[in-house]
Amino acid sequence: MNFLKKSKLSTSALRDYCSFPLVTVVFVLITILNNSGKLNKSMQGLLVPVCCYIVMAISLNLTVGIMGELSLGHAGFMSLGAFTGVVTSQSLIGSVPNDTLRLVIAIAVGALVAAFGGFLIGLPVLRLRGDYLAIVTLAFGEIIMDIVNCLIVGHDENGLHLIFNFTGEKTVADLNLAEGGTAIIKGAQGAVGTKTIASFAAGFILIMITLFVVLNFIRSRTGRAVLALRDNRIAAESMGVNVMKYKMIAFVLSTTLAGMAGALYGLNFNMISADKFNFNTSILVLVFVVLGGLGNMLGSIIAATILYILPEALRGLADYRMLMYAIVLIVVMLATNNPKVKNLFMKIIPKRKSKEGGAAQ
Amino acid sequence: MKKFVKVIALVLCFALIAAFAACGGNKDNDSNKATNAANPTNAQTSGESFKLGLIGPLTGGAAIYGNAAKYGAQIAVDEINAKGGIQFDYKAEDDEHDPEKSVNAYNTLCDWGMQILVGPITTKPAVAVSAEAATDRVFCLTPSASSTDVINDKDNMFQVCFTDPNQGTASADYIAENFAGKSVAVIYKNDDAYSQGIRDTFVAEAGKKGVTIAYEASFTDATATDFSVQVTAAKAANAEIVFLPMYYEPASIILKQAKDIDYAPIFFGVDGMDGILGMEGFDKSLAEGVMLLTPFSADDPKAADFVAAYQAAYGEIPNQFAADGYDAVYIIYEALQAAGCTADMSAADICEKLVAVMPTLTVNGLTGEGMTWDASGAVSKAPMAVVIKEGAYVTP
Repeated sequence: MNFLKKSKLSTSALRDYCSFPLVTVVFVLITILNNSGKLNKSMQGLLVPVCCYIVMAISLNLTVGIMGELSLGHAGFMSLGAFTGVVTSQSLIGSVPNDTLRLVIAIAVGALVAAFGGFLIGLPVLRLRGDYLAIVTLAFGEIIMDIVNCLIVGHDENGLHLIFNFTGEKTVADLNLAEGGTAIIKGAQGAVGTKTIASFAAGFILIMITLFVVLNFIRSRTGRAVLALRDNRIAAESMGVNVMKYKMIAFVLSTTLAGMAGALYGLNFNMISADKFNFNTSILVLVFVVLGGLGNMLGSIIAATILYILPEALRGLADYRMLMYAIVLIVVMLATNNPKVKNLFMKIIPKRKSKEGGAAQ
Repeated sequence: MKKFVKVIALVLCFALIAAFAACGGNKDNDSNKATNAANPTNAQTSGESFKLGLIGPLTGGAAIYGNAAKYGAQIAVDEINAKGGIQFDYKAEDDEHDPEKSVNAYNTLCDWGMQILVGPITTKPAVAVSAEAATDRVFCLTPSASSTDVINDKDNMFQVCFTDPNQGTASADYIAENFAGKSVAVIYKNDDAYSQGIRDTFVAEAGKKGVTIAYEASFTDATATDFSVQVTAAKAANAEIVFLPMYYEPASIILKQAKDIDYAPIFFGVDGMDGILGMEGFDKSLAEGVMLLTPFSADDPKAADFVAAYQAAYGEIPNQFAADGYDAVYIIYEALQAAGCTADMSAADICEKLVAVMPTLTVNGLTGEGMTWDASGAVSKAPMAVVIKEGAYVTP
């Protein structure tokens, strides 16, 4: 038993530390391909969104896989990050002309706001358990979307103007922008005319930061407390682990990372609207996490990459595209969870038997 | 037996792997082609036909609009190809009414070697894609994305439909011309950019043309179920025309409530009213005498050939989006002829030529006679007013 546990730990540690060089190698390869013009335009267009979804998947994996609580409103935090990131970047265009610096500031502000949002929402939500928590996070995701829908934000030489359009009677004209001012968020019409400054390199750095933070978090004292809460809440509480505190730390960390992903995402498109970050996007990210394996960060990275590129790669199938996508999802679900299929793989690759056992957890 | 199953499983696995490998192989070929196409110096064009792309929601909640435009454009492409002369290679990509997917669809079409884009069909995707297309210099003509955000600051983006504000101006002009001296009441939805935009320009133009606005009232999404206050007040103000810049659901309630209090002014709608006759559970007699400014009517004699072809191919009556898609292809056809473009030119060259030629062009289409464009990309066309008689559109 002891031996088994040891091997399990080392396998997962090995897998986690492998993800750094793996991500780097993929990044270098793709950059080389891109610079030599071997990458087509549709793949180039997918690079930044894939990075965003990878960060989203890792951050949600922290909530779902490590903390053990199902969150169905993760896209809400992405939208907080996206819209604050866009507002920050657009209003700093004059004062911070350097794109890279502005991107970093926007991501930092997006992360802060999403962290604050996560804290506020975490206060009531983390007192709940299981299904209830899932349902309430779902509701909060929708609430964030509705709040953003009511926002009208503009910027001129006097600074930032913000209206909360609660009754629906306000328009952009009510911002009273000075000459030369621009409306950044136009309520339900979304943020239009964003200067796109996101880059693949920024996405790569963001993934590395996320991996570094999350993997170190899991192996820290705090992370072990969170894991203990997941595995046996009563036992952990009896050992003096403060449930609310540790869950809050993990949750806020997770929403912060989602905010960073959102800021990068928002700055990659000329227009974003709040309805993009709805329930479907939350579920999409959850699918990445579940298919990649709960608690398995490398799995999340691979699942997010493959599943995001798949519908685009299948465009050639025209009308059957989403059908094929659904079939692939079902087959992967079955294949990774069916003991018969697993046994088959183990017999084909007998050497990996112990490792497969470890990866399955 | 067990062994047999295992062998079968193994064979299936290999078959699957082989299938994936084959897919991968194809994709490699595609991407090779695509890099050539993306590179303007050795753009891979067949030299015989223009590559025409369309982006729209072909699946999902807005699929009805995307598919209609796709089918309408397909009919135009088939007609043009049958004529000889300029030939089109046509491909439609799905964007699920999502700006992010729309950009992906756009990139995919660029890889295919697209030279001209029809679309995107819906507004939010159109805003996102137009920014990309403006950088890449690809000429875009959207059939139905009506917001001014779509064309603002982009010289290569043109519209077939009216912009939202234009409809207000056109309505005020029509009323000033045909109902001089009558007073008007306006009821609009002020939490909706479409309704608000039309109302703003309507009121401004009405002031210029001397149309008296006797009464004005607004409603929101939350209060869109009861209009008795507004309708009674409009009656009290003796308004002879009630202008309704809104979609048909709230308009149907207004018609009902006006009838209940025996108030029978001329109701005047815009293109959002198109569809009221097809609304489920709607008493068509209520719409008797309603006027609306719509770009297209399937009962219009000049559209008869198109309607027949559309019905034969897809089994339904074409709506405004189908007609917009059809017109878009013909506008591009005329523009290409006027600019003297050839199919072996790169997308950027075609774009520059078409941008230069669009403001000089006049096209007669199903959605308007004598369509012209200004350099901003907004269309100017004589709006078509129809009146509903016995459950059908009739030209007054």
